[in-house]
Amino acid sequence: MKIEETKYLKLSGLEPLVVTPESNFINVGERTNVTGSRKFLRLIKEEQYDEALDIARNQVEGGAQIIDINMDEGMLDGVYAMTKFLNLIAAEPDIARVPVMIDSSKWEIIEAGLKVVQGKGVVNSISLKEGEALFIDHAKKIKRYGAAVIVMAFDEVGQADTYERRIEICKRSYDILVDKVKFAPQDIIFDPNIFPVATGMEEHRKNALDFFRATQWIRENLPHAHVSGGVSNVSFSFRGNNTVREAMHAAFLYHAIQHGMTMGIVNPEMIEVYDQVDKELLTYVEDVLLDRKDDATERLLEYAESIKGDGKVIAKQAQEWRSGSIQERIIHALVKGLDEFIEVDVEEARQEVAKPIMVIEQHLMNGMNVVGDLFGSGKMFLPQVVKSARVMKKAVAYLLPFIEEEKRPPVPKGGVKPTSFWETADPLNYGLLKEFVKGLRYQEPTEAETILWEYLENKQLEGYNFRRQHIIGNYIADFVCLKENLIIEVDGLIHQLPENKISDEERIKWLNSQGYHVLRFTNEEVIGAIDTVLQRILRGLQAPLSGARGAGKVLMATVKGDVHDIGKNIVSVVLACNNFEIIDLGVMVPPEKIIETAQREQVDIIGLSGLITPSLDEMVYLAKELERLNISIPVMIGGATTSRAHTAVKIAPEYKDAIVHVNDASRAVTVASSLLQPDTKAGYTKNIREEYDKLREGYLNRSREKNFLSISDARKNKFPIDWDAYVPLKPNFIGVKQIKVSLSELVPYFDWTPFFQSWELHGKFPEILEDKIVGEQATSLYADAQSLLKQIITKKWFTAKGIVGIFPANQVNDDDILVKDENGEELATFLTLRQQSQKTKGAPNIALADFVIPEDKGVTDYVGCFCVTAGFGVDEKAKSYEEALDDYNSILVKALGDRFAEAFAEYLHERVRKEIWGYDAREELTNYDLIKEKYAGIRPAPGYPACPDHLEKPTIWKLLQVEEQIGVTLTESMAMWPAASVSGYYFANPSSRYFGLGKIKQDQVADYAKRRGVSLETAQKWLAPNIADS
Amino acid sequence: MSRIEEALQKRILVLDGAMGTMLQRFKFEEEDFRGERFKDFAHPLKGNNDLLSITQPEAVKSVHKEYFEAGADIVETNTFSGTTIGMADYHMEDLVYELNYQSAKIAKEVADEISAKEPEKPRFVAGSIGPTNRTASMSPDVNDPGYRAVTFDGLKTAYKQQVEALIDGGVDLLLVETIFDTLNAKAALFAIEEVKEERAVTTPVMVSGTITDASGRTLSGQTVEAFLISISHIPILSVGFNCALGADQLQPYLKRLAQNTEAAVSAHPNAGLPNAFGEYDQTPAQMQELIRSYMDEHLVNIIGGCCGTTPDHIKLIAELATEYKPRTFAEVSK
Repeated sequence: MKIEETKYLKLSGLEPLVVTPESNFINVGERTNVTGSRKFLRLIKEEQYDEALDIARNQVEGGAQIIDINMDEGMLDGVYAMTKFLNLIAAEPDIARVPVMIDSSKWEIIEAGLKVVQGKGVVNSISLKEGEALFIDHAKKIKRYGAAVIVMAFDEVGQADTYERRIEICKRSYDILVDKVKFAPQDIIFDPNIFPVATGMEEHRKNALDFFRATQWIRENLPHAHVSGGVSNVSFSFRGNNTVREAMHAAFLYHAIQHGMTMGIVNPEMIEVYDQVDKELLTYVEDVLLDRKDDATERLLEYAESIKGDGKVIAKQAQEWRSGSIQERIIHALVKGLDEFIEVDVEEARQEVAKPIMVIEQHLMNGMNVVGDLFGSGKMFLPQVVKSARVMKKAVAYLLPFIEEEKRPPVPKGGVKPTSFWETADPLNYGLLKEFVKGLRYQEPTEAETILWEYLENKQLEGYNFRRQHIIGNYIADFVCLKENLIIEVDGLIHQLPENKISDEERIKWLNSQGYHVLRFTNEEVIGAIDTVLQRILRGLQAPLSGARGAGKVLMATVKGDVHDIGKNIVSVVLACNNFEIIDLGVMVPPEKIIETAQREQVDIIGLSGLITPSLDEMVYLAKELERLNISIPVMIGGATTSRAHTAVKIAPEYKDAIVHVNDASRAVTVASSLLQPDTKAGYTKNIREEYDKLREGYLNRSREKNFLSISDARKNKFPIDWDAYVPLKPNFIGVKQIKVSLSELVPYFDWTPFFQSWELHGKFPEILEDKIVGEQATSLYADAQSLLKQIITKKWFTAKGIVGIFPANQVNDDDILVKDENGEELATFLTLRQQSQKTKGAPNIALADFVIPEDKGVTDYVGCFCVTAGFGVDEKAKSYEEALDDYNSILVKALGDRFAEAFAEYLHERVRKEIWGYDAREELTNYDLIKEKYAGIRPAPGYPACPDHLEKPTIWKLLQVEEQIGVTLTESMAMWPAASVSGYYFANPSSRYFGLGKIKQDQVADYAKRRGVSLETAQKWLAPNIADS
Repeated sequence: MSRIEEALQKRILVLDGAMGTMLQRFKFEEEDFRGERFKDFAHPLKGNNDLLSITQPEAVKSVHKEYFEAGADIVETNTFSGTTIGMADYHMEDLVYELNYQSAKIAKEVADEISAKEPEKPRFVAGSIGPTNRTASMSPDVNDPGYRAVTFDGLKTAYKQQVEALIDGGVDLLLVETIFDTLNAKAALFAIEEVKEERAVTTPVMVSGTITDASGRTLSGQTVEAFLISISHIPILSVGFNCALGADQLQPYLKRLAQNTEAAVSAHPNAGLPNAFGEYDQTPAQMQELIRSYMDEHLVNIIGGCCGTTPDHIKLIAELATEYKPRTFAEVSK
């Protein structure tokens, strides 16, 4: 005799859940799903598991009989998150009492979940989408792990969207599962796809009805199988109207259950009780669901309009700004960084004004002024400003063709040609000027003017039409091309009425404000180098209309040998937003080019940027050159290694004009404006000068007081390690190898805090997202970064390459590390620098060499080095954004490149510790207490505080063949290209730690020069930032 | 149908009693545990009962023999801690295969010997698969509830090795027992299924959980019904409970189990609860009376003893078993 078989779906958490024919509908909690709950996503991302558990607990307390858990989000490590969260749930009996639904589209996440639940859960989901073999394989494993399974009505062809396809796929799936896999039929739950209705599309009309019919067919024809689905999908087209959605969910469930649906994913807050749905609404809803009337959708839509729920208000508010005045709309778009409507708005504005340029000067500038004010008062943050700039650029790009058109000579009114250019002259002075011009014309022109005119008259210069002695406002220009608004002065002579004499500066400013460029040549240039002059005129003619509209012209450059430009680009954008014209020379710009461009373009300010320490010297050099050439243009200094102190002490004394250190982009506008406004310039420059003088004196006094040890005494006080008690572990790997890693593997290693810093949002990640002041902005920036990150990863925009070497090594001559191969052949010597400042008693004077066993101990130690890059592809991508007028994403992409490189370094270090070198393999093994400890060993990078000597990089490059192997190169200043690269050493000794070298003395510099085999001068140049003033 | 299934249809089968209790009677010292082979082993070995299958095989065989002679149909191999995880305590991970293989082999030798004498009552060997000393669904650290000292994959690998060795050594069935964390058992069952598939064998599997206290739940928090559901995804010969409780305390849970399963039901309770010295004082006669109540209620198909039980206990239980018809149950689905 046999016990009667009861093929009920039986699930379990800590307690059982048996689905019998008498069971009510099983509702599955959906709030612990990162794709459906932003809050849950945030909590998981931030690893705020206590609160995330509360969400799970609330669902169970609220009556969820199963909780759906989904960690499918591109930026999450889904396997980790699923494992972690389920493990934590297991420790909460009030949650763990119900079964879990392991929800993922990725098999590895499903499997990770299956490995941590002791009960019998449900897998959501598998399907025939990727073929029968994989389907069988997964089903077999699910069976073996012990879970029920949701099977989507999806096959190799696609998702089932008709009744026939639904039953066809479900039948086929069922047969495979039951016959081939021997899956218990009661453990099969079909999801025959709930699709939206009332979309207005004819083919969607039967979506609900087909689902109901398929459900019924499954229950009647596939013994013991169940039916489930995600209910909220059905009302997708009524997002924002919760009243209608809730009614739709109630009615849909009612009918689905009638047809045999046994369980479903339902948001309990988004469902009305069927009986309590307004009868009229219910009729309209059911007409749609059951496809009872041809115009059911229209009728429901119409009815829905009349009962717009609260949800609609938000959407309405969002669009409310569209009803403001044109100026209000443009301001709103700029402040909010919304470019959706900007072209429409700008076009509307253009229709209202006399000249298209006025849209820029009035509407857009008013908007940017608001942005500037908000930014200045700390109510807007850098990422927003850059977004504003993006909108601005789009607006200007839209207007440009109209402006170009406008600049053509106006068609003479009534065909009277001579009067057509009167408009450029001041009518009051016109008569006087005309007389004056007449007088001039009869005078003998200068030789230079004659020569130039020979080349310009009769449209000889590529068809550009020039006029001589043309009257503009109160001035008379030597030569002017009216079409391109270009004025040419020879020997600085714009003739003017004697009684109207004002400074050149004011004149040019006025001309600039009228949209003219002014090029000036000396007589000698015209006579001696006419070709160069003509070329420059041509360039001036072809130069795009950019700035010259107000605030000033700023040259921006990252100095020679340096490739870092994120900060420089941000400053450029911020200045451009504030009406400055920017001439961006890019990275690795030689000083001659900076100076030549500054003179040629008559810039108002030179902005210099640099990140690595040798760039500091470049800046000093440039200041000296400007002084030598007797140039007088204010200089702004910025970049990570620059400082007010360095600027004051090293750069400012070399140059008589203003030199200002700008410590962040938000100050750039204030500084630049103060430097250029005639009424503030003198005072500001004087103040800065005084401030820096004071700083310099104080600094020099202080540094004189500091005591130093001689290098030989410092060596006697080296970092103490008991070498007799230390046995170095032989690395698992010795030699050099390339490291390949996919970008997605690096994401968990991201340190976001510096990312926010680069946008001048200060605070630790992830707390910064909650910060009272910058939190909102940080969150929005973070979201943008995440979405870009996703694209970078999926579209493989960047390529990550790395190389690592581990070698036998010993400390030699106190401060050097001799690197050998396995046969003891010497490969290279790392030179390290030793702290020389007098320490408090007992504190050592450290050099990195201290962390390696001295050769005379007779024991072989080891040292490693590496270079990683994520920079291939970054520049190209950044450039393509720039070309699309999207500086925001251009900067973002570069910042993410840097994050990838840093993450790669972190990732590789972990692999080195645990696996490649393996000195800390225990880190992963059993004792989890070790995990909590900080890892042992360090990875200092040349050019950073522990080893500021950039000349160590060539040693690493040679040792690892970095350039040949992974293509990262060194500039003459030893900056790595691509910029998103990291290199450094590995030290494994558990006592090794990071430190700052601080200042060193000339005796060590001399000793170093000898060891390095370079002249004292060269050594001084490279170590300059660290050499104490004697 | 395997021979054991045939036997199960006919009668209530008797499982043996405690191995540890019996081995203690030999009063083995450190050098006995080591034997000649491990006399220079770097770590202490006393207490490693599983090792005795190699160093004192005769002692182990004698225990098996006593149980068979007392009337047991099935004896368990001396392999309760025979995984790399369990053997790590003794630094004997490398010995796992041999331990299991030898334990199975000597038990099977005894079984064959007795079966030959009494062909009408074939004797069986169940490979004992213990829970290991780690839990896959609980954290050993109260301050870090998400931490796990062992993973599913780690357990699966360890169990697979044990299962392969037991099958190679000749066991008739496998007994996943003393399950205090169902996830550990699921890893064992996963490993068993893999081995069975790879080797195309159909070794029957017994599953036996442990209700730790009067809460009526496993240590990992599951109720009887939830436990049953959680291990029912693969074909099993029997499901039951063992250890932790005496026969009388176990009865209500056994009843709930028997009501909800179509598989055969097993029980091997302790000889009562331990006294203040950790000893079990329940006499064979006392235990027999408690087991009689199981029989009256038709709760079990397989009955034996766990901690504190001896061949004397098993003898009386075996006598009792012959008086009753087995509980009705469904065949193992393949």
